[in-house]
Amino acid sequence: MNESLTASRQPPTTKKIWALLEEVLDPEVPVLSILDLGIVRDVRVDGARITVTITPTYSGCPAMSAIGTDIRLRLLAEGYPDVVIKNQLSPAWTTDWLSEAGRRKLVEYGIAAPVPGTATGHALKLFGQDTAVRCPLCQSENTRLINQFGSTACKALYQCQDCREPFDYFKCH
Amino acid sequence: MASSHSHPLFDYLLQAADTSLVLGHRLSEWCGHGPVLEQDLALANIALDLLGEARSYYQYAAELEGLGRTEDDLAYLRSAVEYRNPLLVEQPNGDFAHTVVRQFLFDNYHYHLLKALQASPDATLAAIAEKAVKEAAYHLKWSSEWLIRLGDGTDESRRRLDKAIATLWRYQDELLAPTPAEAALQALGVLPAYHDLQPTMQAHAAHVLAEATVPAPTGPGYQGAGGKLGRHSEHLGYLLAELQYLQRTYPGLQW
Repeated sequence: MNESLTASRQPPTTKKIWALLEEVLDPEVPVLSILDLGIVRDVRVDGARITVTITPTYSGCPAMSAIGTDIRLRLLAEGYPDVVIKNQLSPAWTTDWLSEAGRRKLVEYGIAAPVPGTATGHALKLFGQDTAVRCPLCQSENTRLINQFGSTACKALYQCQDCREPFDYFKCH
Repeated sequence: MASSHSHPLFDYLLQAADTSLVLGHRLSEWCGHGPVLEQDLALANIALDLLGEARSYYQYAAELEGLGRTEDDLAYLRSAVEYRNPLLVEQPNGDFAHTVVRQFLFDNYHYHLLKALQASPDATLAAIAEKAVKEAAYHLKWSSEWLIRLGDGTDESRRRLDKAIATLWRYQDELLAPTPAEAALQALGVLPAYHDLQPTMQAHAAHVLAEATVPAPTGPGYQGAGGKLGRHSEHLGYLLAELQYLQRTYPGLQW
């Protein structure tokens, strides 16, 4: 029998749990770990019970239950079956919580990273676009917004005016 | 099943949830039918945001009620007369201009309401608002820009926009007319006073209409209201028949 599937005798340290969570990937942008995304807000170990608090990127994020399941499976595989996933809405997730490593991975994956400090709240400023979004393919900043709403809730669609390629922009939120 | 139905917060949560769910469902009817692919995606994205927000309200309502009902029970097993959404959001999609005007009237209300709701002493309600307001900001920007494009566009787009405004503008007053439950919550400070929202909503609408070169709609005329008290137009029953079909046909079915 696989020893790792039997419950561990020693309670884990929170540090160990954080390290395991680094291996759980976002189902929609699978180059990012859930830690890169900044959606894990808290980890608590209480005896054998592990409580992981996560926050959604968007209210309707369809990946939340998949992420919860992936966390359970990863911890179960390490021998930790007693896992509670808590969802927390406040403080609301922001792209400012995206890690530096996460930003780099996004660009390497072909998705422009959010430009800091251009988050929403400008609903009444019409026909504007986030400033100088850099093309992840040719690095040009001569790009234009095609659609504020893209292939997933967290992305907008842009096009590079120089290399002409359309690309996803992980929009500021 | 209904002992806590007289609780104003429970009533309001159902109203807010039903409103976002019904409008989200309407927008999802566009999926695959949008005028261009990008706007098809936009409509589906907005629908998804509203569905997520509705779930938060339903979950909170179910928890508050404490009778073992779940968010799914509240969404799928209540009839049209039990639904508490205002009439505006159940109106059929019509053409793209019709959908844009309906969305603009809702977004202008929704965004400003959520902004104020973040300060609610009810921590859960404030948290839902804090989350949803960022999304609502994108929605209002989208519907404002499209209203302007259609109004200041071609003769055809203008003709369709004028018709949509003439049909739908009358439904907006219901949004800010408090029900007894809303009035009770406003007295407690849980909900903002709606007359405080009105000036900013009016100012934004006036700005957008001016940019669209559309004269401000005049006269109160017939006002469509009653949905928040369960008196709906004939459209809601058909919508729920589709939305609830699976759970009504196969009760308790799990995904």
